[in-house]
Amino acid sequence: MNFTFSVEGGDFTNAGAASSHVKKMMKQLGVDNGIIKRTVVALYEAEVNIVAHAYNGQIVVDIEEDKIYIKLEDEGPGIPDISQAMQKGYSTASPKVREMGFGAGMGLPNMKANADILNVVSEVNKGTVVEITNFFNAQ
Amino acid sequence: MTIQEIATHISGVIVEGEKHKIDPVECAFASDLMSDVLTINTSKRIMLITGLANLQTIRTCEMSEIKVILFVRGKKVSEEMLELAQENEMVLIETPLSMYRTSGILFNLELSPVY
Ligand SMILES: Nc1ncnc2c1ncn2[C@@H]1O[C@H](COP(=O)(O)OP(=O)(O)OP(=O)(O)O)[C@@H](O)[C@H]1O
Ligand SMILES: [Mg+2]
Repeated sequence: MNFTFSVEGGDFTNAGAASSHVKKMMKQLGVDNGIIKRTVVALYEAEVNIVAHAYNGQIVVDIEEDKIYIKLEDEGPGIPDISQAMQKGYSTASPKVREMGFGAGMGLPNMKANADILNVVSEVNKGTVVEITNFFNAQ
Repeated sequence: MTIQEIATHISGVIVEGEKHKIDPVECAFASDLMSDVLTINTSKRIMLITGLANLQTIRTCEMSEIKVILFVRGKKVSEEMLELAQENEMVLIETPLSMYRTSGILFNLELSPVY
């Protein structure tokens, strides 16, 4: 099963809409609740990152029998140093983003904690690609 | 402790989810930082105590499987927050008390912290 969502940078009203859809789909498919939570937390952090840090983006979700694969691709400023961005507490979030309750520099580390496989690739002044894979039969 | 008991002790008003008022709450977490909320273990019946009242508060709780949210310092729930909370069968409580006072009162009544 394949789904595509688009995400607008700066649009905090709709931030999380894609994650919400994915959560409902996984529930319908009867995926284990713990795996649903891990997946949607990682996805929501990544979705909010597009809203908070990029101009626009696309989310492609592929649900297979044994796993869910999610690719988030955005057009934006990119991340100059990914290993720095992965550190807890590192954030370049604007005051507006902080007002919304984000910008603690915890999103990427939390995505890593909640994804079986996390892959982040970025090009400065072009954009960022985040890939999340979670397996349904884990533990 | 039930949702109703919690509301009573902190002069709170249940603005959404009245029908769940006798449901128990096992522990609580207080934060205005949504990225912090997204890191906690929510396998128990947990309540979020927060001063952040916007749509992302509700979204964050939806993703985190948190069903009860207590808004402190007189923060008001907006119409769109209410709708999203209804969709997710959540309970929303408002209290005029501060975050510190609210947490202190509930802690003394032995509502456990998440950690
Ligand atoms: N999609 C993106 N485009 C551009 N920069 C990004 C993107 N995602 C993350 N970053 C950069 O990496 C930093 C760290 O991201 P992370 O998600 O860990 O923290 P945050 O979004 O700043 O705060 P939090 O996630 O705790 O709300 C961001 O502040 C930003 O500089
Ligand atoms: Mg983030």
